[in-house]
Amino acid sequence: MILFIEQILNGVQIGLLLFLLAAGLTLVFGIMDLVNLAHGSLYMMGAYFAAVLTKLTGSFFLGALLALPAALLLGIVVEVVALRSLYSRDHLDQVLATFGLILFFNEAAQLVFGVAGMTIPLPEALQGQIQIMPGLPYPTYRFVVVAVGLACALSLYWLVVRTRVGMLIRAGASNREMAGALGVNIARLYTLVFGLGAALAALAGLMAAPITTVRVGMGENILILAFVVIVIGGIGSVRGAFVAAFLVGLLDTVGRAFLPDILTLFINPIQAASLAQGLSSMLIYILMALVLVVRPAGLFPAPGR
Amino acid sequence: MLEVRGIDTFYDRSQVLFGMELEIREGEVVTLLGRNGMGKTTTIRSIMGLTRAAAGSIRFAGSEIRELPSYRIAQAGIGLVPEGRQIFPNLSVRENLVATAIPRDRAWTFERVVALFPRLAERLSNMGGQLSGGEQQMLAIGRALMTNPRLLILDEATEGLAPLIREEIWACLTQLKAQNQAILVIDKNLDALTRIADRHYVIEKGRVVWSGSSAQLLANPTVQHRYLGV
Ligand SMILES: Nc1ncnc2c1ncn2[C@@H]1O[C@H](COP(=O)(O)OP(=O)(O)O)[C@@H](O)[C@H]1O
Ligand SMILES: [Mg+2]
Repeated sequence: MILFIEQILNGVQIGLLLFLLAAGLTLVFGIMDLVNLAHGSLYMMGAYFAAVLTKLTGSFFLGALLALPAALLLGIVVEVVALRSLYSRDHLDQVLATFGLILFFNEAAQLVFGVAGMTIPLPEALQGQIQIMPGLPYPTYRFVVVAVGLACALSLYWLVVRTRVGMLIRAGASNREMAGALGVNIARLYTLVFGLGAALAALAGLMAAPITTVRVGMGENILILAFVVIVIGGIGSVRGAFVAAFLVGLLDTVGRAFLPDILTLFINPIQAASLAQGLSSMLIYILMALVLVVRPAGLFPAPGR
Repeated sequence: MLEVRGIDTFYDRSQVLFGMELEIREGEVVTLLGRNGMGKTTTIRSIMGLTRAAAGSIRFAGSEIRELPSYRIAQAGIGLVPEGRQIFPNLSVRENLVATAIPRDRAWTFERVVALFPRLAERLSNMGGQLSGGEQQMLAIGRALMTNPRLLILDEATEGLAPLIREEIWACLTQLKAQNQAILVIDKNLDALTRIADRHYVIEKGRVVWSGSSAQLLANPTVQHRYLGV
């Protein structure tokens, strides 16, 4: 039971990180119709920025706080310089061009930050553990990740649903030409959305950094998960990304932890262990396939697509 | 206020407008008439910068707007009620009105627009996509008014609506005209148009073939028959 709660918490935490990454991806894909493979690079750059700035300032909080505007700026530059001319192209061109961006960012990161990878030491305040219930300590830092992730999800929801900018984002998503004909500077709105997505991806990257290590290519595996999330959630839907990120995070963690035991009930332990290993890494793709059979446009299909 | 001079507009290689001309003065209601496919919507798209005219000049309020992006043209003061309404289906009625509003010294506010269309007042939190055709049309007009345009353009605003709703829309335009709003209208309903409008342009295959006042148009069955199929 205790193990189960712990795994659920881990799943929630991964789900939130996935959501931060997927939110930007789904907005950019849904609104600008741009497939951006380089979204994972922004995740990586966020982690590197935080690592370097933490070293410079001597404080993880300060480093993280400064890394976000840096990532926002980077996102804006990438959008203006590289992506703006890709909106009118088809998806294959976009995939090729943004794959090129991945290579660029990986090489650049290696040149600038070195091949060895970096670690971000946690500040004292976040190193401890919190006793959730008797016999179940849980790392403070992971709680912080959950709290920050939830706060971001709520703010993003508020931005999209309640503010004028959010209305324009939704209006632009359903009818770009009409929004322009009513006076909305769509190009500037796109840049803003892209920058926002970049900052969220960077936030996910820098929050994951103290748990893993900061290294070249760290964005690629998680990007695939993020794509699974936005497909399950419905491309363009922030709410869908939120729900799907939790589903994927929970299924992945809980599956890996408990599948061997569950399978042991039916087949012998050695077979169960090897089968479980294969099956658990497939679980989320099975989920995606099932969702797509029942709801081809995802759980929360965004209008206008 | 608006002067369109000799514009040529293409969709890819096929030319649709051939030296199209048009002029609208302060407070005037002007119509663009012609059978389907003659280039009325294309003229509007060229004015709005949605399909750029390749040649000619479009001056609005004293400056050239032919090469401006459409959002700048809207900001300069042209409000579009497009063919097919094109309200935002995923925004509520309220949001459709306020999202793209441009407050200027002119007096269109959310309250006044809602007062002009009491039908919308009851449906403010409904999604645009849930409205009936007539309600969507009123929303599209209200949305354009919320930009406080110096010139309002309506492309087939009564198309496909029930007679009663049509009358409401004509009544609304009459009211706007009384407030000195300049309007460019495209419509099929000649009776209503000759009642409301000051001048008319009849176009055929992308160029103006006749223009004149309502009285002149009513007195000219040849034009009505030949170009408008009446
Ligand atoms: N997007 C488009 N691409 C190519 N041709 C078009 C397009 N829109 C309109 N046309 C053509 O341009 C001509 C004029 O169309 P339009 O301006 O819509 O006419 P109207 O509004 O007077 O009915 C028609 O022959 C139509 O087929
Ligand atoms: Mg038309």
